[in-house]
Amino acid sequence: MKHTICCLVENKFGVLARIAGLFSSRGFNINSLAVGETEDAMVSRMTIVLDADERILEQVIKQLRKLIDVIKVIDLTGQDSVERELMLIKVNTSDTVAKSEAMQIVDIFRAKIVDVGAKSLVVEITGDEKKVETLLELLRPFGIKELARTGKIAMLRK
Amino acid sequence: MKKTGAQILIESLIKEGVEIIFGYPGGATLSIYDALYDAPIKHILVRHEQGAAHMADGYARATGKVGVCMATSGPGATNLVTGIATAYMDSVPIIAITGQVPTPMIGNDAFQEADITGITRPITKHNYLVKDVKDLAYVVKEAFYIAFSGRPGPVLIDIPKDVQAASTEYHYPDKISLRSYNPTYYGHPGQIKKLVEVIQKSERPVIYAGGGVIIANASEELKKFAETTGIPVTTTLLGLGGFPETSNLSLGMLGMHGTRYANYAVTESDLLIGIGARFDDRVTGKLSDFAPKATIVHIDIDPTSISKSVEVDIPIVGDVKNVLVELNKLVKKKDNLKPWLDKIEKWKKEYPLGYKQGKEIKPQFVVQEISRITKGNAIIATEVGQNQMWSAQFYKFAKPRTFLSSGGLGTMGYGFPASIGAKVGCPDKIVFDIAGDGSFQMNLQQLATAVQFKIAVKVAILNNGFLGMVRQWQELFFNKRYSQTPIENPDFVKIAQAYGAMGIRVTKPEDVGPAISKAIESPLPVVIDFHVAPEENVFPMVPVGSPISEMIGGLA
Ligand SMILES: Cc1ncc(C[n+]2csc(CCOP(=O)(O)OP(=O)(O)O)c2C)c(N)n1
Repeated sequence: MKHTICCLVENKFGVLARIAGLFSSRGFNINSLAVGETEDAMVSRMTIVLDADERILEQVIKQLRKLIDVIKVIDLTGQDSVERELMLIKVNTSDTVAKSEAMQIVDIFRAKIVDVGAKSLVVEITGDEKKVETLLELLRPFGIKELARTGKIAMLRK
Repeated sequence: MKKTGAQILIESLIKEGVEIIFGYPGGATLSIYDALYDAPIKHILVRHEQGAAHMADGYARATGKVGVCMATSGPGATNLVTGIATAYMDSVPIIAITGQVPTPMIGNDAFQEADITGITRPITKHNYLVKDVKDLAYVVKEAFYIAFSGRPGPVLIDIPKDVQAASTEYHYPDKISLRSYNPTYYGHPGQIKKLVEVIQKSERPVIYAGGGVIIANASEELKKFAETTGIPVTTTLLGLGGFPETSNLSLGMLGMHGTRYANYAVTESDLLIGIGARFDDRVTGKLSDFAPKATIVHIDIDPTSISKSVEVDIPIVGDVKNVLVELNKLVKKKDNLKPWLDKIEKWKKEYPLGYKQGKEIKPQFVVQEISRITKGNAIIATEVGQNQMWSAQFYKFAKPRTFLSSGGLGTMGYGFPASIGAKVGCPDKIVFDIAGDGSFQMNLQQLATAVQFKIAVKVAILNNGFLGMVRQWQELFFNKRYSQTPIENPDFVKIAQAYGAMGIRVTKPEDVGPAISKAIESPLPVVIDFHVAPEENVFPMVPVGSPISEMIGGLA
């Protein structure tokens, strides 16, 4: 099952390597990892999505907590949280029919077209996993030339 | 007052109470060695940095203090790696200090550059690359705190050459605050109460004690707990000495080469109380058959140890000593244990640890003689292999911090340098390294260290002409195809003499005792080369993947 965990860490040299190293050396698989500063410049926030059963998840969380530079670990799975991901999708639109169809879909999703080329469009979408994945599926038949995604970031609502 | 990084390091070490450093100098630690030149800290010049790390480790295990080792950048630092990993696996507090190339050159593949913080990240509790001399005093303080507190472990401090030379105002911090590191020292009272209740109800309880009992200095509390309740105690390899084997309640060691009665007792138990142990695979054997009838309790300071392999029913996170103190206030004599203790007594009578004497010297006999002559009061370091298991089985350990062995990593070559570190820390104790002929050769150049610094350790080589433990597995599981396990050895007596130590060769059983006594009486480091029965096996034994109740061998 997919789990989202948030990790507040000291914004120090080598922290990312420690966390990445922990996952690789213990054989845990990361689906996505997003890192950035928080309201406190000394603290970074990592949002980690991983596929794991309860037992492995428990170990991951305990092992993360054990790292000296990790301040706090929160398991957001099943909690009331806000989750967002940003995706850039370069869609193949070799003819005008395709282009206008794609643009319609983008519109329905309230996504943005950030670049229009002769044979492609670059679409920007933000949203929860379900939304970005659905858009991606609908655009797939046009041909996806390139895809970039930030990985999920998340926080508790209250 | 302004001081250089090198001076700050040395002064900070003095502030931390460091009396001794095991190390080896080089280009990237010149300033530090200069500051050390007239400092009130003793330095033991090793002959290979791996030995420095093991010596710091042996010193730490024997004394309960933090051990310190030091090496130069690049190859000096990488030579420490095995020693650091050994300490990490067995939760030993050591500080490793390494020189590093100057900060502007880091990352340029400079001469003698190695990314030692990167290399040691998975084998240290924490590590530091100090990039600014202003951070140095604080880093040292923090490093000692982290190494020693919670579940202890090695911490490495990498100090670039220019940081050692740079100057700043020196002020040693009195306190540190680490918002991200707060070990849990006190067990949850509700959980402790729950444990007291299950103890009361249990009919066949067993205590399973690990190295955590020794690390937490909780042997007295454990003894009180066992004696008050009347619950028998088995220990892990690293738990040896944590509970006196002279006690009736002692079951000796459990696991792969444990006693039959310990393994039977654990398998039949209805309550297993794990204390400062980590349910290692060498202890549990086949997981699904480990203590199948028992409620499993686990007391440990490290939450990651709990339910890692064996599902625990009552976890108690906390310092083992604190938890036992609380527990001891609540428990009382159990009056329903007679049938259980009778059953265990019967197993003990039926399946004692033993071996058959012959014309050749039996390695077990050598260990028994060392145990008898030192009255169980020596510090025993071991190498890895059969020598290690026979030491565990046949030396009667009665006190904590008297058994030093690489349990987690199983590092051949650990014992000899560890014995040197232990002897430096405990000069009044008799210190033996019980060795295999293979293992001893991994770090025997440290004889020069022992001789130069007059560290009178005694090495008892159980010389069987084989990499014995591997040979045993080849005998049992690979049809006696002894691939690369017979070894030809040098003349160990001559080697000892060449280094300026004493060498004794023993080939007859009747000479074993006198040789041990002679070695103990000598003021020199001594190597005793015991020519033992070459194909003796360590029994009983649980084959990998079997339940611990299914042991082979060792029947009278
Ligand atoms: C550094 C290292 N290399 C290899 C091994 C694998 N190994 C485990 S026991 C053993 C044999 C040890 O032989 P010896 O030191 O002669 O001791 P004995 O088993 O004969 O007592 C070996 C090679 C190890 N534990 N450590």
